[in-house]
Order: sequence, then C-alpha cells, then structure tokens
Amino acid sequence: MMALSKKILEQEPGDIELLLPWHAAGTLSARDARRVEEALASDPDLARQYAVIREEYAETIDLNESLGAPSVRAIQNLFAAIDAEPAQEARTSFNLSARISSFFASLSPRALAWSAGVGAVALLLQAGVIGAVLIKDQSASYQTASLSASEHEVVAQAPPRVLVRFAADARMADITALLDTYQASIIGGAKGGMFRLQFGDKPVTEQEATNLLNRLQGEKIVSLAVATP
Amino acid sequence: MSANAATDEVLIARIAQGDRLAMQVLYGRHHVRVFRFGLRLVRDEQVAEDLISEVFLDVWRQAGKFEGRSAVSTWLLAITRFKALSALRRRKDVELEDEAAQAIEDTSDDPEVAVQKKDTGQVLRKCLTALSQDHREIIDLVYYHEKSVEEVAEIVGIPENTVKTRLFYARKKLAELLKAAGVERGWP
Repeated sequence: MMALSKKILEQEPGDIELLLPWHAAGTLSARDARRVEEALASDPDLARQYAVIREEYAETIDLNESLGAPSVRAIQNLFAAIDAEPAQEARTSFNLSARISSFFASLSPRALAWSAGVGAVALLLQAGVIGAVLIKDQSASYQTASLSASEHEVVAQAPPRVLVRFAADARMADITALLDTYQASIIGGAKGGMFRLQFGDKPVTEQEATNLLNRLQGEKIVSLAVATP
Repeated sequence: MSANAATDEVLIARIAQGDRLAMQVLYGRHHVRVFRFGLRLVRDEQVAEDLISEVFLDVWRQAGKFEGRSAVSTWLLAITRFKALSALRRRKDVELEDEAAQAIEDTSDDPEVAVQKKDTGQVLRKCLTALSQDHREIIDLVYYHEKSVEEVAEIVGIPENTVKTRLFYARKKLAELLKAAGVERGWP
C-alpha cells in the first residue's frame, strides 16, 4: 500500500514542474519565474524537461502561424451585420429619455410644482446674466461666415466618400494598409459587396476628389471605386 | 503598436458609443489570432471565418458591458471559445470534425514518414493537431496566445490548479503520440 502511494506521489507533477510551460512563454510573475530559475539550476531532470517544453512551445507557434488569416469575407459579414443592428446612439437616447420619464413619474405633484418654480427662477437669472454679457461685449468686432477666394474651391461640405469593392483575393492586411495610407475609415459596408469609405475628416476640392478616385481605381486590391454622398 | 495608438480598452469604450472606426482598428489588431484560435477548435476554415464575424459582432453589442477586469484579448478568446463550442455542438457529429481535420491538415507527411525524413518538428506539429480539443486549446492558449494561468482559467472556466494539471497531462499525451510515431525526447 505504501509502495503504491509512493508510486502515485512520484507520478504527480511538482509545483515548479507545472509552471515550466508558463516560464517558457514568459508569462509568470517575477517571483514564480525566480523560483523556476532556481529549480532549473539545481535539477537536471527538470532542465531536461524544460528543453522539451521549449521545443513544444516553438512548434506550437509554428503550427499556429501556418494557419494563415481569414479572407475579406469575414469583415464584410461583420459590417453587414453591424449595419443591420439598431443604432447604438438611438438605444442610448431611448434609455436616457426612459430614465428621465421615470424620474419625473416618481415625483409627487407637490415636488413637481416646487421643481417647476425653482426652474423658472433659474431661467430668469440665466437670461439676466446673458443679457449683461451681450451689452458689455457690444463694441466687439465680428466676422461674417463668408469664404475667402481660395476657400471657394472647396465644393463639398463633407469629407470625400467613396463606395469601394475590394478584389476577391484581397487580404485583410492589404485592406488595413490601404485604409492607413489613405487615412480612410469604413463608415458603412458590405451592401452588395461594396464598402462606404470616408477619406480624412475635412472637405476637399473637386479636383482633389477626382484625383483621389483615380488613385483608388489604380489600386491593385480595388476592383471598383465610385464617388458617393 | 505605437505610443499614440489607443489601448484596446479605449477602443472598446469607443465601440460602446457606436464608433465604427474603433471597431475596425480592434478587428485589425485581433482578428488573425481570434481566427486561428477558432480554427484550431472547429477545424473548418469556413466555420472559423463565420465565427470571427460573430465574435466581433458580440463585441459591438456587448462593448458597453465590458468592465475591464480582464484584458480585451482574454475577453475575445473567451467569446471565441464559447462560439466555437456552440458551433461544434451544432455540428454534433465527431466524425465530421475528424473529416474536416483531415481536410485541412493532411497536407503534411504522416508522423512515421516525417520521422523517416528526420523532421521531428513536423511530427510534433502533426501530433499537436491530433490532441483532443481540451488539450489543443490549453496548449494554444499558453504557448501561442501567451495567456497566464489566471487568464486561461478565466477563458476556459476552470480552476487555476486544473489549468496547470490539464496542461501537464496534455503534454504527457503529446509525448505518447510522439513516442507512437517513433520520436523519443527523454521526457517523461
């Protein structure tokens, strides 16, 4: 019986032995890493096992790296699904209005009357302050919102937007690189396989928009690019 | 990642506000690892691609509930695992799983042939694909996804001590497979 227990005990891995894979991956705390290092330095069996673990570690990475990456279909499906989702802003505003309604509903009629009275006084005070500030600043100059001659070239009010269809063999890494290069972002997508991209955050001239479209159409991973509002 | 790049946590906060660009950046950062983790579990490229769309759609929906108690990558892998196991349950039949495994993994030599060619690395990779799902996932999480004991426990939903012993027995199983293929490594 004792011999059996001893055998079982011998087969059970020790605490340090169990931590070896994490030591190989470098994800142990400094304290545990130090304990493992000390044990490795004094135990040749443990050091032999650690060498085996490092081999497993390297081959696991190789195996995973050989698995490649998903096609562009995955991101197309994702943004198509996001398009089909209810707008998050709408959900937030609904929650906010629901909370405001429930707050007022929870007040008694007397509390509501008091709140309305306090609100009216606050409005009068605010109007007085605004009036005083306006009178004080009356002498200040002002500018019209008209544009200078060079600014007249800007024909669009919004940054350029383009509907893009990527080539079937385009990889995610290529698309991300293209978006980086053009400082573009996907603002809608995967309707009929077309993504709606926005370029930068400033309006551009008509000529610049045309140049942008031409450059895009020349990209290897772009099969179609069409301007869109 | 550059010093100016938003952290994953910042991206999640922006996604919770409906920011598509943040979603795109987070996807760009993590989709390959999520795909590979999912693929190792479901062993079918089409299913794994569907899986990552579902995982990131969940992120879009649940970003507001992310509390930041774990790393975003840990959260992503936990969602991926849950979705992968659901997909496997939907398929039910293990035979199909094996067929799919052969379909994507049979490009290399059999372990015995590889041993004859003295390519022990290839044998090891072959044996890594032959492990059970429980063993595959724990080895991948520790070695490839570089997850700590605590993080693996969170992703897999088991106690930390079980994480350690499960990986130990996964490695023992791997050693048995290698031995059967003619590779002796001096352990155990």
